[in-house]
Amino acid sequence: MEFAFSDEQEMIRSSAEGFLADVCTSNATRAAMSSARGYDENLWQRLCNEMCWPALHIPETYGGLGLGFVELTLLLEQMGRRLLCSPFFATACLATPALLLHANPTQKSHWLPRIAEGSLTATLAYTRGSGWGADDIQATVSKEGDGFVLDGLYGQVIDGDTADLLIIAARTPASHGEEGISLFVVEAANPGIERQWLPTMDQTRRLARLHFNRVYLGPDALLGQAGEGWQALEPVLQLACIGLAAEQTGGAQQSLDLSVAYMQERQQFGRPIASFQAIKHRAADMMLQVECARSASYYAACVAQEVLDPEGDAQVARELPLAAALAKAQCSQAYFHCAQESIQLHGGVGFTWEYDPHLYFKRARASESYLGAPAWHLERIASLIIGEQP
Amino acid sequence: MKISFSEQDEQFRQQVADWMAANLCGEFETLRFRGGPGDEHMYPHERKAWERKLAEGGWTCVGWAPEHGGKGLSINQQVIFHEEYARAGGPGRMGHIGEGLAGPTIAAFGSTEQQRRFLPGIVNGTDFWCQGYSEPGAGSDLANVKTRASLNEQGDNWLINGQKVWTSLAHESDWCFVIARTEPGSVGHRGLSFLLVPMAQPGISVRPIEQLTGTSEFNEVFFDDARTDASNIIGQPGDGWKIAMALLGFERGVSTLGQQMQFHNELNEIIAVAKANGAARDPVLRQRLAEAWCGLRVMRYNSLRMLSGAQDGSLRKEATIYKLFWSSWHAALGKLAMDVLGPEAELLEAAPYQLTRLQSLYLFSRADTLYGGSNEIQRNIIAERALGMPREPRLRP
Repeated sequence: MEFAFSDEQEMIRSSAEGFLADVCTSNATRAAMSSARGYDENLWQRLCNEMCWPALHIPETYGGLGLGFVELTLLLEQMGRRLLCSPFFATACLATPALLLHANPTQKSHWLPRIAEGSLTATLAYTRGSGWGADDIQATVSKEGDGFVLDGLYGQVIDGDTADLLIIAARTPASHGEEGISLFVVEAANPGIERQWLPTMDQTRRLARLHFNRVYLGPDALLGQAGEGWQALEPVLQLACIGLAAEQTGGAQQSLDLSVAYMQERQQFGRPIASFQAIKHRAADMMLQVECARSASYYAACVAQEVLDPEGDAQVARELPLAAALAKAQCSQAYFHCAQESIQLHGGVGFTWEYDPHLYFKRARASESYLGAPAWHLERIASLIIGEQP
Repeated sequence: MKISFSEQDEQFRQQVADWMAANLCGEFETLRFRGGPGDEHMYPHERKAWERKLAEGGWTCVGWAPEHGGKGLSINQQVIFHEEYARAGGPGRMGHIGEGLAGPTIAAFGSTEQQRRFLPGIVNGTDFWCQGYSEPGAGSDLANVKTRASLNEQGDNWLINGQKVWTSLAHESDWCFVIARTEPGSVGHRGLSFLLVPMAQPGISVRPIEQLTGTSEFNEVFFDDARTDASNIIGQPGDGWKIAMALLGFERGVSTLGQQMQFHNELNEIIAVAKANGAARDPVLRQRLAEAWCGLRVMRYNSLRMLSGAQDGSLRKEATIYKLFWSSWHAALGKLAMDVLGPEAELLEAAPYQLTRLQSLYLFSRADTLYGGSNEIQRNIIAERALGMPREPRLRP
């Protein structure tokens, strides 16, 4: 056991921190979020070609760097801190883990090298958008010839309007709950798919709705075993929660840093407001939240690392459901707390469009609800540690 | 960064578990899960005997360097030792102030002579220590110490006069480390010295404080021309504050992992009650039980991060959150225990005021957010030392 970063990991962290501080300024974020695609295409190409970030946790056999989830977490924390608008989260935290865990060698050889080199972005669509459990999967799949036909609606799809590749879940028409679900990998350009961007309160990450209208897929589109899609999807969603938690930790940290810098500068009653105990104690509570979020995020990342590694420690990997729920609940609460405090501690300017706290406040809420709000994850934890049902 | 333990570490874990199973039985059976916070007044003599048993097995001072009589265990093995100790129900350590505070301070700042004199008694489980810091007028403002010490005319003894308060286990201790003002007329953190004072002498009287729990772990200690040999000063006269503050750094050590295992035992007891009385089906209480579990897991990784930073000798700034987090968490756990028990929570174990374990947790955890630097002081420390925010301007007389 070694709960500290190696020198190589520290280097990855600090190079990400330096790079994003340069290119991901407040102005750049604001320009990206109001652009047609919701992100800066040139910057994305630099992330792929200069930094090789989408390749990070893809094995070397498939053109990746062969690193793990801990390294990924370091990048995500810095991205969250800078509100980077990019297809990275959807591609690297939703689609790539699904392919790594469930694709067959042919599918991996086909898709992973393209993700690694940055020629393809991807996302995951599974529920209608009303919730995050198996019951919320409503799109249907029917056998047709040796292939499949899909129909239905997907909501809350991150980058769904721009992604090139979709990982989707659908169920057989008469099935319920966790039964009868299958996963597929499909190119978004398929003529039966209609994609609609949904304007959102948080403008730093795009959501879309997808309509599948008799979409025909060949047999090679099936990901994993037919009918066992929910069991396959659960670890993918849990890994995504851990990725999101890392972003949330970065956002919480930046909300604190922005506030402290502002309070050092802002004078009232003849002294910096940072010298008032009423203010200092609120900042201290923010730091407490940030550090606890960081501990939860790093712990969960260590678990995720073992899950993604085919030779990982199985005993640690078994902690995934608890670790993911813990990280998502803890980091969501921390981010929201810090973002809300940041507005209050900035005083009047915290309420303006010009200052950045509102960007974090909005992102915090959106991230909090995506893949399940804290109360939902806490109930999952309760059912795992207590057993009984409410 | 990796959280799985090596095979060698797992073997060590088994070795500790085996030793505990083979020794925490017979005459020591009654001590299992006893003597923790809120229960520290129980079985003091038996727990002292247990300390000697631990020492025989080589299980005291496991993190100390071998040249000081310790086992020199790696951080990972210390983590494992403290976890297995608490998992087995190892009783609250009578020796923890000596092992965790006095010893490391003497090892870091004491002369070779002093180390030879005082460390073996701690390692052997024969000398017990208490801490003379707080005074009636020096709580959060610890530097406002009024207890005075001066050398007698012959120059062979310090004479100490004043009062200390909130001294845990003073009545069970052989030695006390005392911060006293040795420079007459000095104020604040200047002019203080760090003295080691034997407790068994006519110049010292101990009066137990009756706490809101009805028990008395804490004491007042009165010094009335109390004496200690002139050589029993750590560092130089005037170094007292520097040494006292360094000691507080030792407080956030590996033993926090053992404390967490006790917390774990408490949470498990509360979950067992909830399952038995139906509270486990209440959706709101389920949320709070899950939150308590999350907090404990977070605490574990808070401390592992803190310890990984301590290997180079300095605590990182994130270590400042540790006390604020665990004390608030523990107080909330106490309240959760009562809410899970519901109306039953009111009923005492016995008259006149014998508390159940969970009642004791509930009431005693109110001290957690006060002692060792109140939550308000902790927040000042975080804001000033970790976040670099300015100190509150001070009023000058």
